[in-house]
Amino acid sequence: MTSEEMVLDQREVPVIAPGHTFASVTHKISAIVLERPLSVGWMLGFMFCGSLVLMLGVAIGYLVLRGTGIWGVNIPVGWGFAIINFVWWIGIGHAGTLISAILHLFRQQWRNSINRFAEAMTLFAVMCAGIFPLIHTGRPWLAYWMFPYPSSMGTWPQFRSPLIWDVFAVSTYGTISLVFWYTGLIPDFATLRDRAQNKYARMVYGLLALGWRGSAKHWKRYESAYLLLAGLSTPLVLSVHTVVSFDFAISIMPGWHTTIFPPYFVAGAIYSGFAMVLILAIPIRAIYNLRDMITERHLNNAAKVMLATGLIVAYGYFMEIFLAWYGPNLSDKLLVHTRFFGPYAGPYWALWICNIIIPQLLWFKKVRTSPVPLFLVSLVVLFGMWLERFVIVVISLHRDYMPSSWGMYYPTRWDWMTYIGTLGLFMSAIFLFVRILPMISIFEIRMLLPEAEVKRG
Amino acid sequence: MMMDPETKKQREDVCPGKKLELATVQAELAKVQGPEYWRSLEELAGSSEFREMMHREFPKGASEWVDAVSRRGFLRLMGASMALAGMTACTRQPVEPIVPYAKQPEEIIPGRPLFFATAMTLGGCAQPLLVESHMGRPTKAEGNPEHPAGLAGSDIFAQASLLDMYDPDRAQHPALLGDTRSWKAFSDAIRGPLASQKAVGGEGLRLLTPPVSSPTLADQLRALLQMFPKAKWHQYSPLHRDAVLGGAQMAFGQPVETQYRLEGADVVLSLDADFLAPTFPGALRLTRDFVARRNPDAAMNRLYVVETAPSPTGAKADHRLPLRAAEVEKFARALASALGISAGASTLSGEEAKWLATVVQELQAHHGASVVICGEHQPAAVHALAHAINERLGNAGRTVIYTETVHASPVDQTNSLRELVADMRAGKVEMLFILGGNPVYDAPADLDFASALKDSKIPVTVYHGLYENETAQLCPWFTHDAHYLEAWSDGRACDGTISVVQPLIAPLYEGRSVHELLAMMMGQGGVTGYEIVRDYWQKQNKAGDFEAAWRRALHDGFMAGTAYAPQAVTVKAANFGAAAADDSGLELNFRRDPCVLDGSLANNGWLQELPKPMSKMTWDNPAWIGPGMAQRLGLKSEDVVELELNGKKVRNAVWVQAGHADNAVTVFLGYGRRRAGRAGSGAGFDVYPLRTSDAPWRASGVKLSKTGDTYKLASTQGYQTIDTEVGAKPVMRAGSLEEYKQHPEFAQEMVEAPTPGLTLYPNVNYGKDPNFNALGYAWGMAIDQNSCVGCNACMVACVSENNIAVVGKEQVVRGRHMHWIRVDAYYQGDRANPSAYFQPVPCMQCENAPCELVCPVGATTHSTEGLNDMVYNRCIGTRYCSNNCPYKVRRFNFLLFQDFETPQLKMMRNPDVSVRSRGVMEKCTYCVQRINQARIESEKDDREIRDGEIQTACQQACPAGAIIFGNVNDKNSKVAKLKAQARNYSMLADLNTRPRTTYLAEVRNPNPELAG
Amino acid sequence: MSNVHGLMAEFESSTDLMRAAEQTHKSGYREIDAYSPFPIEGLSEAIGFHNDRVPLVVLAGGIIGAATGYGLQYWVSTMAYPMNVGGRPLHSWPAFIIVTFEMTVLFGGLAAVFGMLGLNGLPEPYHPVFNVARFERASEDRFFLCVFSSDPKFEVAGTRRFLEGLKPLSVSEVPE
Repeated sequence: MTSEEMVLDQREVPVIAPGHTFASVTHKISAIVLERPLSVGWMLGFMFCGSLVLMLGVAIGYLVLRGTGIWGVNIPVGWGFAIINFVWWIGIGHAGTLISAILHLFRQQWRNSINRFAEAMTLFAVMCAGIFPLIHTGRPWLAYWMFPYPSSMGTWPQFRSPLIWDVFAVSTYGTISLVFWYTGLIPDFATLRDRAQNKYARMVYGLLALGWRGSAKHWKRYESAYLLLAGLSTPLVLSVHTVVSFDFAISIMPGWHTTIFPPYFVAGAIYSGFAMVLILAIPIRAIYNLRDMITERHLNNAAKVMLATGLIVAYGYFMEIFLAWYGPNLSDKLLVHTRFFGPYAGPYWALWICNIIIPQLLWFKKVRTSPVPLFLVSLVVLFGMWLERFVIVVISLHRDYMPSSWGMYYPTRWDWMTYIGTLGLFMSAIFLFVRILPMISIFEIRMLLPEAEVKRG
Repeated sequence: MMMDPETKKQREDVCPGKKLELATVQAELAKVQGPEYWRSLEELAGSSEFREMMHREFPKGASEWVDAVSRRGFLRLMGASMALAGMTACTRQPVEPIVPYAKQPEEIIPGRPLFFATAMTLGGCAQPLLVESHMGRPTKAEGNPEHPAGLAGSDIFAQASLLDMYDPDRAQHPALLGDTRSWKAFSDAIRGPLASQKAVGGEGLRLLTPPVSSPTLADQLRALLQMFPKAKWHQYSPLHRDAVLGGAQMAFGQPVETQYRLEGADVVLSLDADFLAPTFPGALRLTRDFVARRNPDAAMNRLYVVETAPSPTGAKADHRLPLRAAEVEKFARALASALGISAGASTLSGEEAKWLATVVQELQAHHGASVVICGEHQPAAVHALAHAINERLGNAGRTVIYTETVHASPVDQTNSLRELVADMRAGKVEMLFILGGNPVYDAPADLDFASALKDSKIPVTVYHGLYENETAQLCPWFTHDAHYLEAWSDGRACDGTISVVQPLIAPLYEGRSVHELLAMMMGQGGVTGYEIVRDYWQKQNKAGDFEAAWRRALHDGFMAGTAYAPQAVTVKAANFGAAAADDSGLELNFRRDPCVLDGSLANNGWLQELPKPMSKMTWDNPAWIGPGMAQRLGLKSEDVVELELNGKKVRNAVWVQAGHADNAVTVFLGYGRRRAGRAGSGAGFDVYPLRTSDAPWRASGVKLSKTGDTYKLASTQGYQTIDTEVGAKPVMRAGSLEEYKQHPEFAQEMVEAPTPGLTLYPNVNYGKDPNFNALGYAWGMAIDQNSCVGCNACMVACVSENNIAVVGKEQVVRGRHMHWIRVDAYYQGDRANPSAYFQPVPCMQCENAPCELVCPVGATTHSTEGLNDMVYNRCIGTRYCSNNCPYKVRRFNFLLFQDFETPQLKMMRNPDVSVRSRGVMEKCTYCVQRINQARIESEKDDREIRDGEIQTACQQACPAGAIIFGNVNDKNSKVAKLKAQARNYSMLADLNTRPRTTYLAEVRNPNPELAG
Repeated sequence: MSNVHGLMAEFESSTDLMRAAEQTHKSGYREIDAYSPFPIEGLSEAIGFHNDRVPLVVLAGGIIGAATGYGLQYWVSTMAYPMNVGGRPLHSWPAFIIVTFEMTVLFGGLAAVFGMLGLNGLPEPYHPVFNVARFERASEDRFFLCVFSSDPKFEVAGTRRFLEGLKPLSVSEVPE
């Protein structure tokens, strides 16, 4: 099989640029971790994000000290930024698992060069998401009551509550993503172990590699375990955002109580997830000169996924309006009216622009394959998906069945500090990741090389 | 609670003031078909202006806790009161034998409350009460159902008086020029001057008191004036009823009290009289008698109201005519003339004339079975006319009776104060005792009492009161009074019945009652209030066994048979004065604040945070203007205006109140206090500077000018309208009598409720079942909207019973008020004169409770008797339950709203209800502590709980009996019978939450002649 | 011979390794193993390793997870802490499906990873093959075939001759 045949589709750019050997890819990727000196840019970026993390610490500390009241939440709008951000981050996380699991099942080899940092991104996103359900409670120090454990009070969680489903879904998701990620890393840890010059690095990577030696038997079990993990993660990733959507769909509030939520939450999650992948991939491939491994083909495919999921989301929006118009439920009609013309009409229409209108640019291959426009579109989508959650949480709550209790929600500086703080946390984690772990799966790249193929003859 | 300048600026930055186009409002109105309820005017323009207003309401980035009165701030105590720390545990029974309201001999069983009968005097009228005492600590006030005036239920003032007693801001010691002094030092200080006064017959001695209804006090004053023959006793209260007595004087030649007997009245006409509001003398009795006639299944009365500012009475009216106060007088004269009384000519415009004609017709048709009630804000002439009209209609002696006045030696209080000030300026006063009141703050502006006090160098001035307020500041000597729950006294109820005020607790700060102060002045040092009161009554009751009578009086809370007998008086052919000349000038009306009255209750957080009946305003007293005028002047709520009247200027925020008379402004007294305490100081705007002695209630020719500033108002009601196609039918249902007669189920049929079979799970059966609901109780509540007069007594009762926190203005602005029961006010129809409806909303205790389903930790679950229990200790505060509550009755402790430090407040709390801390959801539980108490009692004597044995706090406080609680499994229970009525409906029935609290739809009785 | 753990041949490419592995297995060697920097399809079969039991472990994990998940909820809601929640029956099975599913995935996933590691005998920081200096390229670009001394057919000189017959880059002894 020639390198031309390696290209799955003649019209496509190859997944990996020609001319690479086992040694060259190994060297190129591991060098970023083992040899490349710390750049000033990295230092500054990391310090900036680190300071945001400190801000997050302050915000959370003050929250624990004073209470949820420092946020803009009130009655009727009992949930605000905390839940919005939670859903947003969880959604972003979905891309990683989707890429590593679902695309793996579909044998989409192009995913090999982006799955590693996509998975890392997933972990960090879930980490950020996980913060919010804990701190948004009135008594965060008691949040552990949501876990089923034999308590001296003889009390147990209430398993009919979607919040308990969240606890299980999110913690399962976090755990599985972590082991999935680590499993993928083991062979590369072995590579780093064998290439590291510094003896401490050698020791650390050695421990992490668990004594991997690339035995054929190990590879055999490894592959089937990996395949099964992918198989398990696929329904998992779909279930997680479905469960998150149940937080709303299970309730009886107009605008929440709707059966269309699960599919369009999942689609929205993947939508925002791929946006985040591109936002990370585009700068990284430029900075670390990885254009030959993360090629235009990757950008193009990711953009296509965004376009598809974006259209599903759009369908969701249309259906909400259609059903309100078509259905008998007056409070749904009122809700749509409120969205269109109510006090929060601004965010609502901004949502349409960000999530529906602008992404239509992705129909053009030119946009899909040119980094800068694609980067910008991704940013817009990411913001749009945040707005979607704002619209769902706030607009539905601020005017419900009881006119006497209608109110408004305005975020406070503490809401903003917490949100921006988690952005900082996410980015600092990414900064560390690119420096201490191979951000592209080395052994999977090797498999893409022509000489990996066993020639019969 | 003034917001700091920085925040204020932020707010202005965020939202530049912009006019709310009422044109759009009316345009939208034109479209409206069918009933559409809405909460206030701005909501109508659900447009960008509206959004900006919302912005102003709570701008982005506004700091969340800059609020002197918020959370911990409120009722937080400085070191001084820590001296009381030990007190919270121990019993503080007065030393004298007081008689508990119990058939058994008085003995305290730990944990078991005792009830004592006493009375609260407010505005010179005593309201008999039963006060609950836990281990010697008064914890709750209730009405005394056995009182001849039949005062079951109580009002917001009685309920809130508890907080006054425990108010940590109360003065705690006598003071000279602000420095602490002992009582002995004070008595030494006044002994000499008094002696020299005695020498000159009290020439320079003056006393200033509020009106007095206490026989003992009156007797003491008489004695004092005998001792000092040349001394003078002046009376003044800013809420004086000079016009009322003047009217009686004018009509009958003698000052008589007027009492109304509404049970016999088929037609009621109110001339600007808010007789259903607790501030009206005898309101509790009037309310009860009125609603007794509102039953659509019996002979329903008809209420006509002519008023300036919308009031609860106007809200209940079948026909309401908004008129400027001056036009009300014209209307009264026209009415009198129509009935053949020479009252000076006055002409009415077409619409009003038609109205008048109908009223006249009805009144004449119900000769002797109608009543015309005149409001105290109307001048004497109108009162006199009302008397003449009632006599002409044959109501006198039937629905209207006249008795002697409740106040001892009633005087024209304005003149009384005027004379005092004159004497002060003339330097005739050498010793001035101000016993209560707050003249420096609330005396008529033209008298300028404050400067009189400052300029005239009076050798000795003493202020005796509960607080070191504005007046105390200008009096060298201050002595601290004792609260009515701390001291012995007596007083007359509005029907004249005498109640003995017995204390439930020894004075927290060794305060002394005015009785003891007077005794001290008369040289009877050391004699206690108890002795004074008891001796007086002993003197009165020469014959008979005094001991028994005394005990009886203390036990019952009143002296039987002391009510005034009706007097036969006839209207002399009096000259009712001439009709005032028409003036088109802008009219300024003064009204007492519905919650803090003249300002004397300004430091009561419960009252400050209580939404005012019509505007649902808290913590402020914006000036009311009508929608038409607002549109003309381009004003909207929260604009700040300047009111100018004969040279005096006052700033005030504007509240556009639907139904307010056009070309008139109504301002409310009692705010802008400078030395009220942590809750009252600085709240709202002081309008007294505009109030003069000759125009106490109504002034003409006020100038109103826009300042361009805006001021944040904390109204607990949503501004929003419901989209018309949705309407409010699912929430709030009402109809007319004809509608009801033809179609009794109209309310139920307004909304289609799902058929029972529709749910995935079968509904739980709450019938008697040894394995599930062993005792077979199923608690439920029915609320009759026909009876509710929106007096809010239920809200304060709930606050008091359930230890509900006060959160302060800033938190109310953020929608974080904590009331477990609220009274929603909905308006319907033409904004210039809408019909208004009240709807009390406690927890619905849904059988299919949406809140329970979503709680992750099972902190809210259902009891076998159908209560939606809330387990505070288990709650972790996800707020999901509140989000999922369609009735929005759950309240969340966003911050540490409760005060866990102040010792006084620890003493005040109901020990049967846990005090919720930060981060916990809370809600109405049907007063589960009372249910359990009753269950224990019933199980002790092995019987079922009797119907009516359990009263929820709101039910017990409701003077109208609008709230009925009981066991719905018992088909004979009152609540079950009500729920069986055709008017009964469930709020938001279409959600199939199966609420246990249901409503009886409101039925109005409009006159076909005027309808449509 | 006890101080020799085995003999290791180094190859240039996956193709060579595959061929060598097949021949070695054909010629009767059983205690052999092949090492490569990435998984090579069929290599383990070539050295006679056919059945990895990972799927079984995962299945077991999944079943245990499901049982635990539903069992926990059933026990808690109907026996340990029975509560009337919003009028729903104690055993509201539709509400219990989610957690059951999540537990299935969680247990299955963990079983997959730890099962794989366990069956592979990992972690195993020390292994004799690491003593071969050139072996560190096994994680980069070289392919190795090792015949262990535990193989009955193993005999240093003979086996070395056999391995050299497979045209490796080199053959080296794996010390104990």
